[in-house]
This record gives sequence, structure tokens and C-alpha cells, in this order.
Amino acid sequence: MTMPLMRPPRKNPVLRTRQMNLPPWARSRVAMGLTVAAAEGRFALQVCEACGAVQYPPREACHACVSPRLQWRPQSGEGRLIAATTLHHSNDLFFRERLPWRLGLVHLDCGSSLMVHLHGDVRQPGQRVRVTARLDRAGRAVVIALPDPETPHMNDDPMLREMGCDPKFRKVLVTDGKSEVGQALVRALVKAGADIIWVGHAEPWKKMPGFDDIADLPQVTLVPLDVTDGRAVEQVGGALGGKVDIVVHNAEVHRTYGIGARRGTDVARLEMDVNYFGLLRLAQAFGPALRARAADGAAHAVAWVNLLSIYALANFPPHGTYSASKAAAHSLAQCLRAEMRPAGIRVVNVFPGPIDEAWNQNLPPPKLTPEAVANAIVKALRDGTEDVYPGDVAQEWLERWRDDPRVLERELAAGGGS
Amino acid sequence: MTRLRRRRGYEGVAVCVPVTVPYVRYSTRSAHWWIGRAVRALLDASGLQKADLDGLTISSFSLTPDTAVGVTQHLGLSPRWLDHLPNGGASGVMALRRAARAVQAGDADIVACVAADTNHVDSFRLMLGSFSAFARDATYPYGSGGPNAIFAFITANYMARFGARREDFGRVCVDQRTNALAYGSRVFRKPLTLEEYLAGRPIAEPIHLFDCVMPCAGAEAFLVMCEQRARDLGLAHAVVRGAIERHNAYSDDPIFERGGWRVDREDLYAMADAQPADIDFLQAYDDYPVIPMVQIEDLGFCDKGDAPAFVRAHRLTHDGSFPLNTSGGQLSTGQAGAAGGFLGMVEAIRQLTDAAPGRQVARRAMPPDTNEPARLGLVGGFGMVTYDRCLCTGAAILGRAA
Amino acid sequence: MSPELSPATLLAALAKALQRGAIRVVDLTQTLTPDFPQIALPPEMGQCWPFRIEEVSRYDERGPGWYWNNFSCGEHTGTHFDAPIHWISGRHRPNNAVDTIPVQHFVAPAVVIDCHEQAAADPDYLITVADIDAFETAHGRIAAGSWVLMRTDWSRRRDPEAYQNFDETGQHTPGPSTEAVRFLVEQRDVLGFGSEAIGTDAGQGYHLRPPYPCHYFMHGAGRYGLQCLCNLDLLPPTGSVLICPPLKIEQGSGSPLRVLALVAG
Repeated sequence: MTMPLMRPPRKNPVLRTRQMNLPPWARSRVAMGLTVAAAEGRFALQVCEACGAVQYPPREACHACVSPRLQWRPQSGEGRLIAATTLHHSNDLFFRERLPWRLGLVHLDCGSSLMVHLHGDVRQPGQRVRVTARLDRAGRAVVIALPDPETPHMNDDPMLREMGCDPKFRKVLVTDGKSEVGQALVRALVKAGADIIWVGHAEPWKKMPGFDDIADLPQVTLVPLDVTDGRAVEQVGGALGGKVDIVVHNAEVHRTYGIGARRGTDVARLEMDVNYFGLLRLAQAFGPALRARAADGAAHAVAWVNLLSIYALANFPPHGTYSASKAAAHSLAQCLRAEMRPAGIRVVNVFPGPIDEAWNQNLPPPKLTPEAVANAIVKALRDGTEDVYPGDVAQEWLERWRDDPRVLERELAAGGGS
Repeated sequence: MTRLRRRRGYEGVAVCVPVTVPYVRYSTRSAHWWIGRAVRALLDASGLQKADLDGLTISSFSLTPDTAVGVTQHLGLSPRWLDHLPNGGASGVMALRRAARAVQAGDADIVACVAADTNHVDSFRLMLGSFSAFARDATYPYGSGGPNAIFAFITANYMARFGARREDFGRVCVDQRTNALAYGSRVFRKPLTLEEYLAGRPIAEPIHLFDCVMPCAGAEAFLVMCEQRARDLGLAHAVVRGAIERHNAYSDDPIFERGGWRVDREDLYAMADAQPADIDFLQAYDDYPVIPMVQIEDLGFCDKGDAPAFVRAHRLTHDGSFPLNTSGGQLSTGQAGAAGGFLGMVEAIRQLTDAAPGRQVARRAMPPDTNEPARLGLVGGFGMVTYDRCLCTGAAILGRAA
Repeated sequence: MSPELSPATLLAALAKALQRGAIRVVDLTQTLTPDFPQIALPPEMGQCWPFRIEEVSRYDERGPGWYWNNFSCGEHTGTHFDAPIHWISGRHRPNNAVDTIPVQHFVAPAVVIDCHEQAAADPDYLITVADIDAFETAHGRIAAGSWVLMRTDWSRRRDPEAYQNFDETGQHTPGPSTEAVRFLVEQRDVLGFGSEAIGTDAGQGYHLRPPYPCHYFMHGAGRYGLQCLCNLDLLPPTGSVLICPPLKIEQGSGSPLRVLALVAG
């Protein structure tokens, strides 16, 4: 029986702050396939295209017929627990600090045997389980066995909490709580049990409908924050950085111009200044504090969320300069992920399709509601996924982009995909 | 034995000059030093010159970035036959098989088979992370930091399936400790009682402290040559009656319950023209006590799943009804890395050349008061947990020279 | 001008008076900081940049012995000067950009019309011709070539939200009525209009006829504007001399600047 998570006690300021010791992060190139699938919330294993055999551990040629034609395919993960153990000793610092730790050997119905982390409600050999892949603190996939069927408070299991970035009992900074998506995010985070939400807002003289209700929520503290102002960002970072567990960078400027539709660079500059340089300023101001608190108690610093756009992958010419700014932000977010990895802080990049907000008024549906974007972000934090493509448009573009990005580019240039 | 022998035997092959470089817990020396000590000891014990060694096998985990060939220049050897056998606990049997074929074919006359490893304070931990691709990808990230979790699964499953209890594994450990004291182990010097065994702190349930080997630094070695050559040199020697190996056997079994010995054991006994009842002692690779039990089953001493009962029904000391690991095994003398795969072979040679004072095994088939020394011994090799089971298995039957 | 005092003597006397403090220099300028609000147009329009500043180095690894910054802003950020070219009505006037305005216009007398009570009661307060009449009755006729500054104490609103004073119907800040502007331009030949608020026109100036009459008529007549002034309460109604040269930007429509007033006594 998983006990529901209790609010962690206050920190004793006299004691040294625990730092992060990552679990082993080395993986072969072929094993990374498990990680990139888990980053999107999928459990996939290699399947031989020639004979259908499922492979585990990941490898370069089929163990049944030696064919090199192995493809990653989603798996149900259904299987049976063969044996379990409880570690009381480990040479690895991460696990040593979290003993006792339970491991299991699961035989999947598809034939492979997997060493897994065990959910606390998986008890007896012979028990049916569902195996899935999650990213561990080092940002690498590990396979875990969950009880099948699900059990109450399943997400509060200590092992599962190490694999995710659950906002429950955590303190979150939302860089723009004024926009429609921002307001939806604040509401979703309150519902997810966040303790404190610092709500950033710029240009306080610009009133947005609904913002007063956000400001009235008991978990909310308003924080003047203009991500174009380096000094202000630095000051907010200094004031709040030591307390923020999750940064949700959703501040963005979205205009609907390509190159020829608007003369001058000032609009594109504003998009870059908020979407790209804003990320850079925030990362410089908040990064070090986040990394320093990556193992600071049960509600330690844990994640950085970037609201990007599916247009970051392939330029949507009618919103061409916006697309370019999101592409720049995406590239920088990859850099941020690399810099945060040694501390175990996870960088979550969200690539929605068009959102149903003012600047997309003339775009035909399907469009994502701000609530859908917010829910996708909260889900990603809970599940510990890192690459999120919410909505039908994002999913479709992603598929086309993965199939051949050059073909997608041509399709978009011809006016398709809007 | 109704099955015909399908392959060439090991007639005319002798194994001799068993060498152990005493183990220490930690050493600042490199593996090269321990190998050098072993080679020097082989030469001192045999009276041979360095130039007489024209064949060499090396087994080591801590020799990197060198392999066997690096040792040739390091020690000033110029062999015409060389093999590098980084196969852990199966290295002894595998080295023997290869060296035997070389001397039978005349590719080498005198092969030195050496296994050695150093042990720095961080050696074990550093080795684990890069032990194998599958370990790096599919077990090391899970925190066990070694094979403890895997063998915990194997042990737990074996207990659930076949009714083995911790007391049964305790019998193995307790009796092997008795053997170790008779051997004069430097690492373990006190007897072990069943109560102490059961009270050992948990490592990875159901594996407790005394189920685990202690990593050490040390070396084991022996020479392989033609029988005639051994007689000409006046070297006490044992003969090779049969040997098998098998890798990645039963890979479709969801969990390890039977090992590759089972696949080829008929060939082994056919080569030796013997049966399990003729075997006077078993040196069974013992990284965890469940593994000697599986070898007892898979090498034909009882049926699958009956080893717990077998162990309860026998005394496993050197003077007991089924002598097992008569120098104490790794569980009671320590695991000097790859040398753990040689210590059974080295002890078997000693038992068959009257070089095991205080623990000489007698022939089992004879009445107890006959006290004729052992004539036939079985050495089991087992090693290389790359993922969820050991891949290498091997076995050799050695006999007393005529 | 007194026939006894030559220009050289006047100048020397001025310098001495400044040194002694007999003539004081009053700073009418808001400090340029990133927090100071900038003019906000509807989002579809091009926007004026806020003031932003970033360290280049501060006696550190980026420059061990020195401290300096790069900054950016619009021509109309903070306390700033509007040139006639800024408005469509002034686009064709001669010498209408900051680099071509005759420099003697940058030192000129100023009158201060006090509306601070009216502005406190009504943020949308518009100066009327009647207000100008009342001022002239008390302080004499406004001389040609003078700056007319509207004191509202709006600069005391340190909170940016209060300074901008937006609601759903737009911005609410005080300014001049259409009639008052036309009077000052056509009947008094003033040099320009200065305000403490973010624009010379009232916040609701869009709804006047024509929209933004102060910009329209002043710049249309080749006159100037000053906004985001402060400390107007330290000036006498008449008698101060404003020094307000904008940056010499090629074809510039305006620039942030230091506005100083020389005040006797």
C-alpha cells in the first residue's frame, strides 16, 4: 500500500545542503533508444523486422536470427515478476543514499527478462506487473515495474517520485502568469498540489482579464518579472532562486509575421528578446540555485520547463519570425539540458501546436486550449517526461518531421500544414 | 555410458606446478606485478628457465590497458602460442582446454596459464561500470553495483522453486570455511558457524554477508605440457581426463536455473570414461553458494532441484562424504579477480599430486579406512555475468598420473 | 536688455551666479531605469523600446580595471524631447529633426501652469483656454518662444501602474485640450509644450478631435514637446530658463535627454 505523500518538514538551515549524486548514466548508443522513447512517455523495445523477436538489453543484431534490422516498437510491458530483492548495500552513491531499494526480475509476455526498479506495491513473485520506462535522475531511461492493476496513491511511491518531477508540495515559478496559458498553468499547478507558485508578470500597467483571480489564489505570490530586463531577472533570481523547485518558462511573444509581411526587425527582435534571450537570462539567473538544490530534501529542485512550439522543429512561414525565435530557444534549451544534467535537474521541452489564444485567432482548428497546454505540462512533470508534443497538430507535425524534415519543410512552404 | 565419444580426448596432456601467490585484501601493485610473481613462482617451483615457457595464457580484469601480449614484453617472454582469456570464473577450464590442444598439436611445449588481479580500494567499483555493454545499459544503472542483485534473484527463485533454505547455503559456507582453515587461508582465519552465517547482515535479500566473496589481490597459475615432458622434468603432475565448455546456454530460460554444464556433461564423462560416482572431489566455482549447488545438479551428482537435499545429506569438508572446494573456495579464501577461476584447478592439481597437506581427500569409492588418496577430481568453471546470468560454463576432469 | 550690460558681462555674471548658487540648477529629469514605464501602443503597432541596460564588465574577468554598460532604448523613452518630424503634421517642416533644430532653441524661458489639484481630482483633466487666461491674469502674458509646462505632480506617481493609469478604456493621464493647444500655437507662438505624464497629449487624446491635438498642432507648427518631466513644483510660474538639448541623432524624431531649469534664488 503506497502511503500518500506527506508535506515534507522545513529544512534545518544549520546543516549542509545535500548535493546530487547521479545514478550511473553511461549508456551505449543503441541503448539510448530506450531513453528517447521514455523522454516522450513511451516504453519501446527493439523488435526484429525479419523474425519478430523482441530484444533486451538493446543491441545491434537480433539475438534470434542475427538480422541487423531492429526497430524500436512500443510495448505493453505486461509480464510476470519472477524474483525480487531488497538492496541493503550499494557501491553507488545515489542508491547508497536511498537504501533500502527494491529491484526485481520481470519476464515480459513478449519473452524478454528485465531487471527493473520495483514499485512498492509489487510484492510477490508470480504477480502480474506492467513494465514501463521512466527517466531516472540522470536523465536516462530505466525500466520499472508497476502493479497491474493500478493501486491507490501510486504516484506517491518513493521510487516513482525519484523518476518524476511531481509538483506536489513543490514551489514553482511561472515566468508569465498573465497570459492565457500562464493563467491556466497556475490553476493546473494549484490543482496538482504545488505549495507556492510565484507568478511572474511584466508591464504591470497592462491588465489581462482573469489575472486578478489568479492573484487572489492563496498559493500565488505575484513577482514583477520582465524577462527582457537582465538586471531585474538577476534580482528575482537572487531573491527567489534559493526557493524555486520548478521553473516554468512560458513567457513568450507571439506575432504572426514572416519576412515580407512586416517591415523592420523590431517585432522579430521582441520575439527573440523574450523567447530566446529571456530563456538565456533566466537560465543564467536561476540555473546555479536550481542545481545547488537538486537533492535538497523530499521537495528538492527538480525541473525546468520551456514552452516552445512545434514550429521550433519546422518553420511555419506565416509565423516565420516567431518560428525562428522558437527554434533558437529550442537549441538553447538543448544546451540547458546538457548543463543541468550533472545536477539531475530535468529540462522539459514542450512543443505545442497552435494554441487557441489571441494571436492565433485567424488560424483554423484544431487549436489547443490553454488548459490543454497546462495539463500537458503538469502531466509531463508528474510522469517525468522531457519531450512533450501536446495536441493533434503537434503529433502530426512530429510524425511528418521525423519521417523526413525536408519534405515537411516543402509542404509548409507550399502552404500546407496550417 | 552408452553415448560414443564424439570428439578427441586429452590423452597425453599433463597439468602441474600449481602456484598460488598469497592473497591480500588491498594491494597498490598492478596486475602485472601479480602476474610476474606467479610466473617467477612457476619457474622456481619447476626449475625451468624463462625461455622454456613457449606458451602463455593470461586471465585478468585489472590488466587494462594491456592484454596478454603486453605481458610478454613486460616480463621478457617470447612465446609461440598466446591467448588472452578474460573470462572470469571459467578462465581456468578454458585456459586448460586451449593449452592442452596446443601441446597435443605441438604448437607449444610448455604453456604457463596465469590468472591474477590486483585490488585497489576503488578497483571493484571502477570495474563494475564498464564490465560489459549489457551491464552498463541494463543492470549497473539499477544500483546493485555488481552481481549481488542478479544472484539474489537467482537464489530467491531457486529457494522458491526447489525449497532450498538459507540453512542449506549455510552448510556450503560453513564446510568450505573448515576447508579454508585446513588450507591456511590468509584472509579468513576463524571458523564459521551456522548461527553466524544466518546472522550475517543482509546485502541483497536473500543474500547475506557470508554469501558474498571478498574481492582480493592475488594470483593462481599452473603449467600445461605433454605427460612425457612432465616425466622427463621430474614434475609431479595430474592428467586431463576430459574437459568441456559452453557459453550462453539455455538463453531462453527466463531466469538462470540450469547451466551449460548440463548440455555437454555426457561428453565430459565419456571422455573421462567415468561416472559421477567415480569423482572423488568437486571444485565448484563458488561466487555465491547457490552456484555450487547448481553445479552439483548439472554435473550429474543429483537431479535438478535436489541439491539442497544432497547438501543436507552430505558433509562437504575435505574429509566428508562429498568433498567440495577443498581449499575453501572463494567464499572462504577470497576472490582475487580472475584468479577465482583458477583456484579450483590449482587445488585439484594439488589434491592429485599429494600437495594438499592437512586436507588430502581420499578416494570416495573405497572403504573409509583404506585412505587411498583421491584419483579423480572435477573442476567446474562459471563466469562472466554480462547481464542476468553467467555466460561461461566449463568443467574439467583431472586424474592422478599413472 | 539693459544697455549697460554687454553680452560678455552677462555671461560672466551668469557663470558667477551659478557658482555662488544665486542661480540654481534644477533637474527636471526622471532617472533612466528599466523599471520606468514606456509608452504602450496597441500590440499590432510598432513599439517604443523600454530602457534596458547590461553590464559589459565591472572590474572583473570581462574587463579587470573598468566598469561600463551597454544600453538600449527608444528615442521616446523616459524624459524625452519630441521633434516636429515625430508627427505626420510636421514631416515637411524645415529643420524639423533633432539634428537640424536650431540649437538656440534648446535654451529658452519656461512658464509653469499649475493644474495639480485638478489632475488629482480627475486624471483625464484637460487644460482649457480659461486655465491659460487665469494664469496670465496672475502672472502676465505668456511670452513668444516660451516653453509651456503643465504641472500636475503626476511624476510623484512612483508606481509604474499608477503612472500609466490604464483601465479597460485605455490610458487616463492629464494633458491639454485641442483649444488650448491651438491658442498657445496660434495666439502665443510658444516654443513647445511639456508634461509630467508619459505623453504631451492626455491619455485619452486618441478620442479628441483631431486625435492627439498637442502633437498634431505643435509639431505641425514646427514646435517641440517634452514629457516625463518632474520637479515642476520646484519652479516658479515664470522666470526659469530651460536647457534641453536632445541627442544629435541623424534625422532623429526625438531622444531621451537631461532637462535642466535655471532658477533665480
